[in-house]
Amino acid sequence: MALLKQLALGAGLAALLSTAAQAELTGKVIGFSQIGSESGWRAAETSVTKSEAEKRGVELKFADAQQKQENQIKAIRGFIAQGVDAILVAPVVSTGWDEVLTEAQEAGIPVVLLDRGIDASQDLYLTSVASDQVKEGRVAGEWLVSAVGGKPCNVVELQGTVGSSPAINRKQGFEEGIAGAANITLTRSQTGDFTRAKGKEVMEGFLKAEGGGASICAVYAHNDDMAVGAIQAIKDAGLKPGSDILVVSIDAVPDIFAAMVAGEANATVELTPNMAGPAFDALDAYLNDGTVPEKFIITESKLYTPADNPQGEYDSRKGLGY
Amino acid sequence: MTRPTIELRPAHEPPGPRPKTLAEALVRPQFIALATVLLVNWLLFPGFFSITWQDGRLFGSLIDVLNRAAPVAILAIGMTAVIATKGVDLSVGAVMAIAGAVAAAMVVAGWPAGLAVAAALAVGLVCGLWNGVLVTLLDIQPIIATLVLMVAGRGLAQLVTEGSIVTFADPVLIFIGTGSVLGLPTPVAIALLLMTGAALLVRRTALGLLIEAVGVNRSAARFAGIRSSALLLVVYAFAGLCAAISGLIVAGDIRGADANNAGLWLELDAILAVVIGGTSLLGGRFSIPMSVVGALIIQAMNTGILISGFSPEFNLVVKSGVIITILILQSPLAASILQNRRMKRGRT
Repeated sequence: MALLKQLALGAGLAALLSTAAQAELTGKVIGFSQIGSESGWRAAETSVTKSEAEKRGVELKFADAQQKQENQIKAIRGFIAQGVDAILVAPVVSTGWDEVLTEAQEAGIPVVLLDRGIDASQDLYLTSVASDQVKEGRVAGEWLVSAVGGKPCNVVELQGTVGSSPAINRKQGFEEGIAGAANITLTRSQTGDFTRAKGKEVMEGFLKAEGGGASICAVYAHNDDMAVGAIQAIKDAGLKPGSDILVVSIDAVPDIFAAMVAGEANATVELTPNMAGPAFDALDAYLNDGTVPEKFIITESKLYTPADNPQGEYDSRKGLGY
Repeated sequence: MTRPTIELRPAHEPPGPRPKTLAEALVRPQFIALATVLLVNWLLFPGFFSITWQDGRLFGSLIDVLNRAAPVAILAIGMTAVIATKGVDLSVGAVMAIAGAVAAAMVVAGWPAGLAVAAALAVGLVCGLWNGVLVTLLDIQPIIATLVLMVAGRGLAQLVTEGSIVTFADPVLIFIGTGSVLGLPTPVAIALLLMTGAALLVRRTALGLLIEAVGVNRSAARFAGIRSSALLLVVYAFAGLCAAISGLIVAGDIRGADANNAGLWLELDAILAVVIGGTSLLGGRFSIPMSVVGALIIQAMNTGILISGFSPEFNLVVKSGVIITILILQSPLAASILQNRRMKRGRT
């Protein structure tokens, strides 16, 4: 599966960049069954999907499932009944999709999965657009390796929710990223549940346990929110985040760019909320000349540092509803 | 003919004199548990008890325990009163999120901080009153009545923040979350003040007795002339107020209102703190300071796990093991075994 994702990466990038022929979807009706609004990222994904649809002249029918699969299934059946041209689904869980997707297939409506995969036959959907979470972690790890440049460096890690796939994959990726560098050691790792409050609390504990932070050279957080919490904890301990302790995290939400502007964060890897763009491109090609896209379109995991105009990134992302 | 005297204590409480001397008062399972957890923390991390003075405030792991325990301790103060009336309030976590969201949204919109804090506290009171009305006037079981707000409340908070984390730079709100009073973190000072105030109020007046009476038997209390409905309203409103204070603290702590995560599952920690503190879920006798000790035990354990370096997969296993041990030590069975041994020792 991971290998397959790797192979599909190139194709995904190509799809991301080929926005030239985007006028073809004009007037098409596309249904979008969103999970709900459980996080700021999700809200941003929704607003980006809406703006991408508008840009292409697509009539988007939006259904918020409020974190319930039965609502998503209802919404998909509704879309089928309305005879939409295509359906986008951000599936809330990975199982239980076979029946409703078969119905869509029988109605001849292509389905594209956004940002999460499902356990169902691959024939039941056209393609799935998602990020490679292992790669996100690896990009963060590789950045750290180049940033410390051979000096010894003890890293503490703020994990996501124990057992969640982003936590497992982003940990694995980071360890792969630093695997070649013997000077970098992962000394402590605890869960911050992807929240600011827990990120701050865990970092406080780490700072106390590591001689007031003297033996910590960098903190790696599985998402930006925990990094923002950790930055506050580092400041409370009388240290300077960004210079005394390097801060690297994943997601690229607006507030981490605000921290970069203040010189308190060093790097973030983007989990793009623009899953719909590549999805629309794939649908465009499929609906117009029957080009079947790759089964797994992988979005880019772009690295942002303070050199990448953080103020501009902050301003352009702030309105997305993060 | 003499009438038989009635034992006025509720049946589930073991009879026995209340502890009198200080030494006796300290030999309680809760204090032993807290001391043990702190001792284990010290063994895991020798610098655990070291406290330094930094930037005009105390700094150290022990201070962290107090500071991080404060939100749950404050919830537990309100929760103790509710549980003593044989109720429970599942909505406090959601009320925290609402209060934080309201305060953050108001300061971001340019309102003065004092007004935002007042509004957040008022919203907490209203939420508590809502629970109280459902429990008293509509006579819905507390667990169901407060479940309504537990589920709907988080939605309300998300509505206020529009699903995103509302960050602010207001000095007053930040002070509530991260400031210091006489060297102590503000949350600790607030929790201490609230605990002392509430404990004095219920023990120096008849209020505590009335709450216990309602908890033991609501109709009997009513027949004895206690206006139990009014009392229940006050108790739930107080729990709502406590939740709002906690909500302000956690929002100030991260300089933002996170409607999705603020106070998430903290109602369960608060209930646990109350139970560890020895207040029965069946209502009746209660102790606010012991509930605060319960909150301290939970947080001392959390902080211990953080500094121990165990991998996070063990967090919940360690936590549940310790809690089960504490609850077994507190159980009537353990108490009777202990008492038997004492009596035997007394005879020989």
